[in-house]
Amino acid sequence: MAETRAPLESPGLPGWLQATPFAAVFLLFFVLPLCFVITVSFWDYNDYEMIPAFTSRSYVESFEGCLTQLPDLCTMLKTYVSTAKFCAIVWALTLFIGFTVAYFLAFYVRSATTQMVLFLVCTIPFWTSNVIRMISWIPLLGRNGLVNQLLMSLHIVNAPVEWLLYSQFSVALAFVHLFTFFMVAPIFNSMMRIDRRLIEAAYDSGASTWQMLTNIIIPLSKPGIAIGSIFVVTIVMGDFITFSEMGGGQIASAGKVIATRLSALQFPPAAASAVILLVATMVIITVLNRIVDIRREL
Amino acid sequence: MNEGRSPAFYALAAFFGLFVLFLYGPMIVIFVLSFQGPTGGLTFPMNGVSLHWFQRLWEGGGIVDIAGAFRRSLALGLVVMVLTVVFSLTAGLAFRKRFFFSNILFFVTVASLIVPSIVTSLGIAIEFHVLDDVLKNYGPSWISDNLQTTMGQFTSGLGAHLTWTLPFGLLVMFAIFNRFDGRYEEAARDQGATPWQTLRYVVLPIVAPSVVGVGLFGFTLSWDEIARSSQTMGEHNTLPMELQALTTTVTNPDIYALGTTTTAVSFGVIAVALGSIAILRARQARHGSDAGQA
Repeated sequence: MAETRAPLESPGLPGWLQATPFAAVFLLFFVLPLCFVITVSFWDYNDYEMIPAFTSRSYVESFEGCLTQLPDLCTMLKTYVSTAKFCAIVWALTLFIGFTVAYFLAFYVRSATTQMVLFLVCTIPFWTSNVIRMISWIPLLGRNGLVNQLLMSLHIVNAPVEWLLYSQFSVALAFVHLFTFFMVAPIFNSMMRIDRRLIEAAYDSGASTWQMLTNIIIPLSKPGIAIGSIFVVTIVMGDFITFSEMGGGQIASAGKVIATRLSALQFPPAAASAVILLVATMVIITVLNRIVDIRREL
Repeated sequence: MNEGRSPAFYALAAFFGLFVLFLYGPMIVIFVLSFQGPTGGLTFPMNGVSLHWFQRLWEGGGIVDIAGAFRRSLALGLVVMVLTVVFSLTAGLAFRKRFFFSNILFFVTVASLIVPSIVTSLGIAIEFHVLDDVLKNYGPSWISDNLQTTMGQFTSGLGAHLTWTLPFGLLVMFAIFNRFDGRYEEAARDQGATPWQTLRYVVLPIVAPSVVGVGLFGFTLSWDEIARSSQTMGEHNTLPMELQALTTTVTNPDIYALGTTTTAVSFGVIAVALGSIAILRARQARHGSDAGQA
């Protein structure tokens, strides 16, 4: 804590000193832990403890059958294919909804105050509990939930629809519900930086709304779209809570593999699956980062 | 393009309205259902209106130590909030200058947002396990004799939460300082202010409303955090962890009462924060300066 007081008291402290407490947190609780994950993923283990001896056992077991079972997919690949499918669906939905909402806020709301208020309205749920937002679907989608009551009373169905809750549908729905904010915020931010004179010039030259959208707004919103996409894709890739809460224990996911192995208190195999997940995530981000330099866009 | 209200405006406004309904609708439903009568169930219809489930909740009604979890989460959230504000502010000031590890620190900060929480959580758990082993086997006897574990809410748990709140804090600071007019500082310096005076009387008052926003992120993100907490809290669970554990077992509306209670705390904090921001802004305006309007 000594460092935090210092820059305020003595004049003109160097930047590295001011950044020290912040950096120390990430060194101790992020960089070092990641090093431990990578190291331990190569350790051996028995039923009670991990054994610090180099082995590739955890990786060999993780990819068990991936070559021999071909053309069938092994468990690991199946899990990743399923997770990637959710990533794609959730990405497409959040992008469409997030872009439309941001576009409305940035270009169709006239007063700056209204704009801020409406943006806050979109932000506030982000500051509340995800678990509560997930369970709040139960009274709507459950067997005797509002949706089923409505469908039955309108005689659209005769028996309650079962796939509304604890299904792939409810998992995807919850993701969209929880994480569209991660698209709205960066895309809105990008849109607000578009020089309004460009739009006016296009308007004066007779461009239609659609042409302005495709030729000016979408290209200039790309940084926001890329940042939002990184958030959404990595969240779905690493999630284990939404999958288990909303999937009713039926749906495997890359993040859940780690949680399952951890509940057996087996650190090396959990660490190995964490490393595999990290590599998969990094590949995705590298591709997206090619499209946009994140730092320049803040 | 904003001259008249075009049909596109109404279509988009309707879309926005549906989105807001989608965001808040389910929340409102559990809010209503938490006032379910004593004989009511998890879904509609309401069997009367009562505070029965809230009362049950506070009596502990079969639920493990909810008041304790509430206090623990509150204490942790407040500590995380203070540290997030202080560390983000100093780091935000640091990033206005160049320092030798600024690029790598920025990279690490963004990475902490993007690396799946379960991985960070696992890493911290392993780190503290190894630390425990080292201390038990090689530490001085006054430590090793009594040591259960170094893991706990304010060691591993606090660190885990900070890796989640600080990146948001820093991004907010970036947003502030990218729009900050450096001429205010130059003017102060020209009139002989020391760096500390410049910070205290010029920079801090201008950025104060946004710093409240950093605190808001710090508290609410910690209050609701669950993925990073999962492996790092030691023996006692935080409130969201208890809540998640309940979702698999509870079959009556006290879970909604708990949900309403935690959401009420979140909304209370949000209201206080937004209120403070509004007051600070109004004060800036009243004092006749154009500070913060840049």
